[in-house]
Amino acid sequence: MSVKVSMKVNGKPVSAEVEARTLLVAFIRENLRLTGTHVGCDTAQCGACTVHMNGKAIKSCSIVAMQAEGAEILTIEGVAKADGTLHPMQQAFKDNHGLQCGFCTPGMVMNALDFAQSNPNPSEKEVRESLEGNLCRCTGYHNIVKSIMAGARAMGGKI
Amino acid sequence: MNAPLIGARIARKEDYRFLTGAGQYTDDVSLPNQAYAAFVRSPHAHANIKSIKTDKAKASPGVIGIFTGTDLANAKVGGLPCGWLITDVHGQPMKEPPHPCLAQGKVRHVGDQVAVVVATTLNQARDAAEKVEVDYEVLPAVADPGKARTKGAPVLHDSAPDNTCYVWALGDKAKVDEAFAKAAHVTKLDFINNRLIPNAIEPRAAIGSYSRADDAYTLYVASQNPHVERLLMTAFVLGLPEHKVRVVAPDVGGGFGSKIYLYAEDVVVTWASKQLNRPVKWTSDRSEAFLSDAHGRDHVTTAELALDKDGKFLGMRVRTTANLGAYLSTFASCIPTILYATLLAGQYTTPVIYCEVTAVFTNTTPVDAYRGAGRPEATYVVERLVETAARELKIGPAELRRRNFIRQFPYQTPVALQYDTGNYEATLDAALTLGEVSGFAARREESRKRGKLRGIGYAAYIEACGIAPSAVAGSLGARAGLFEAGEIRVHPTGSVTVFTGSHSHGQGHETTFAQVVADRLGLPIENVDIVHGDTSKILFGMGTYGSRSLAVGGTAIVKALDKIIAKGKKIAAHLLEASEADIEYDRGEFKVAGTDRKKMFGEIAFAAYVPHNYPHDKLEPGLNENAFYDPSNFTFPAGTYVCEVEVDRETGQVTIDRFTAVDDFGKVINPMIVEGQVHGGLTQGIGQALTEGCRYDATGQLVTGSLMDYCLPRAGDVPSYRVDTRETPCTHNPLGVKGCGEAGAIGAPAAVMNAITDALGVKDLPMPATAHAVWRTLQKQAA
Repeated sequence: MSVKVSMKVNGKPVSAEVEARTLLVAFIRENLRLTGTHVGCDTAQCGACTVHMNGKAIKSCSIVAMQAEGAEILTIEGVAKADGTLHPMQQAFKDNHGLQCGFCTPGMVMNALDFAQSNPNPSEKEVRESLEGNLCRCTGYHNIVKSIMAGARAMGGKI
Repeated sequence: MNAPLIGARIARKEDYRFLTGAGQYTDDVSLPNQAYAAFVRSPHAHANIKSIKTDKAKASPGVIGIFTGTDLANAKVGGLPCGWLITDVHGQPMKEPPHPCLAQGKVRHVGDQVAVVVATTLNQARDAAEKVEVDYEVLPAVADPGKARTKGAPVLHDSAPDNTCYVWALGDKAKVDEAFAKAAHVTKLDFINNRLIPNAIEPRAAIGSYSRADDAYTLYVASQNPHVERLLMTAFVLGLPEHKVRVVAPDVGGGFGSKIYLYAEDVVVTWASKQLNRPVKWTSDRSEAFLSDAHGRDHVTTAELALDKDGKFLGMRVRTTANLGAYLSTFASCIPTILYATLLAGQYTTPVIYCEVTAVFTNTTPVDAYRGAGRPEATYVVERLVETAARELKIGPAELRRRNFIRQFPYQTPVALQYDTGNYEATLDAALTLGEVSGFAARREESRKRGKLRGIGYAAYIEACGIAPSAVAGSLGARAGLFEAGEIRVHPTGSVTVFTGSHSHGQGHETTFAQVVADRLGLPIENVDIVHGDTSKILFGMGTYGSRSLAVGGTAIVKALDKIIAKGKKIAAHLLEASEADIEYDRGEFKVAGTDRKKMFGEIAFAAYVPHNYPHDKLEPGLNENAFYDPSNFTFPAGTYVCEVEVDRETGQVTIDRFTAVDDFGKVINPMIVEGQVHGGLTQGIGQALTEGCRYDATGQLVTGSLMDYCLPRAGDVPSYRVDTRETPCTHNPLGVKGCGEAGAIGAPAAVMNAITDALGVKDLPMPATAHAVWRTLQKQAA
């Protein structure tokens, strides 16, 4: 069964005919060819597919595209400024070596952006707790934690 | 001239693309007209295949091809080769049973590939794969390496009737027995080095593409070593000429060893792309990764250390059964032998060591190198023994280590390696200070007041990195060279593209290697780009594993730079009308000695490409050089880790309160990147000690087959680390570097387990020390 889905992704209206079972992440990656959102597992554990739906971080592997009908989606490709300048959270990851292979990174950044909206000056413990749903195998989290603390301060509660 | 770049914390050149979603991992590559592959995998650990019916699957929408082992056999597609021949204690070659890309009549582990279905969309391929009917005759299975050789155990391969690949030994057994006979004290431990599943966050993926026009193939694959992948696949499996196959390993999302190997799926999609005349893409899902990525560790070991009354080590005796899984993965055979037993001297002067390794086949996923590969297992043996001996003899663990440290270099160990340099006391002293070990007693008391148990554990590890030289490795059974290649292409305006046979999948080569080159050439780092991961661009490469990239790959680049500078001097001599012998070079400046006459690197590059005023009688135009480098020895990073844990008596929960790591990696090019490598390694090592444990049930079913069941460490499971380095430069490469990629995973498990056993006051506890396992130990103690 195919269905038509329409939503706004990174500020642009998009729509497509997809199989009803199409996951939001598959719609983003395969239909829209926005491949910055990654798939690292099939049990909603790793968080590599994290995007924002209507301003909140969600795992885009855990809902079907239809459930995002009419929603505003933000992916990693929509985070930097139009002129390419990194967002303060992205810059904090770069400054603090918060990424290695880069595969979990988009999900980490998307999750961190949502977290930092309501935690402008988080403690290390709060940041570690906020990463409960995001796995990284390279960094040992040490520098991701530093990055998010610095990024959150730079953001001052605003995306 | 620019500020020195060696030793500078330069932010990474590769970060921008990863932070903006612009990375290009294999699954992000999409080729026109590509089809999708889904593999039919065995649900049984051991079974004969009576029949495979594909009619229903063939009729399924979108299906364009279904292939089984019979198709591959008919097409004379070979099995997967093993890259290292081990010779057993009787001088006989190891058993090398066939490792078919698709099962030939029998499956030997859950997840074994039985057939591949190719369809227009991924969903169609997966739907159709469900409709392939395989009639299995289920056989008894053995998953436990300790039971593989027992009488009546199910036999996996006809050519190995006792499920034994080899029994191998290193060292002088008689002398070791003699040392034990006169020992004042013997410390003995029996333990299991727990089986691990690597779980790079990017699952494996491969896209095979065949061009009739060129009669040539391109394989995009998540690989740590594209040239090795190509060599193995063309020469040993598909029988294709290498120049007709291009292998591209684009951005790769972590490897940790699991992406070194040539896998069946890579071969099948490449072969199928010609049969179907369209690109065939396969991306592993996480469930498949659990079943089909090579696993790590899985040793059952009895280890003994003989000491005299003063705590001096007299000898070590180790017997290990190593689980190789159902088939020999690419480098499986050398991990529990060449990369394990040779490390058993550790940092100590133990005069005699004997190690016997029995490698067995079981009905489990193949086992191969996983971060550290043999060296974590060796370090666990040595450092658990040493710490336990210290407790038994009531000598301080740091003190016992000091009494036995190697202090004279070069040092020939009794287990084949010759350490070129080291300073073990320096890293131990630094770790004691950085870890504030002098305050431990007070912290223990403070914990006790809160009802918690606190323990401290050490690990003073050594590792051998940059496996080499090729000739020695060859004499030990390696079927590949272990050199590296590099090329420096200087452009007319003086910017530089560097091609390296190393592969970066998180290590930051694009930055570190550029620092090395820019520093030598006096260029801004922006003017140097690093290219890797494509056999059509790179002249050759052995790839990245065993912490070899900078020590071996970086040295190849330096050798090529030397040639660039040598040629540059000739050009400069001509332009400056001086004798070549009078030209001095220093970071981008070619000077006539004793004068202020000089030419900058950019001017030399321009002269080489616009050779109007040029020594044409002596030199070719252009400035492009390559070099191959085969190291004369391994490098020997070493360090001391100190771990402090707190244990909750009520729940058994272990908290790592502080973890201190002081490593000697030789010269450090980018401390920020090196620290990041240590953090990641430590977390994987802590994962092995606390959370990660692969489990098979008695029938060979993988019980820990998803991230819901196999516990990777999360941010809340680990602390912020205290890390530092000491520098004893490697003596046999020009950068003085040793390698840093695996150290954390090598040293951490022993440090953590030494700390937990200290906290609990027990001799041993199996890894992973989950809250449940620790709680049970506490309950037993109470009872």
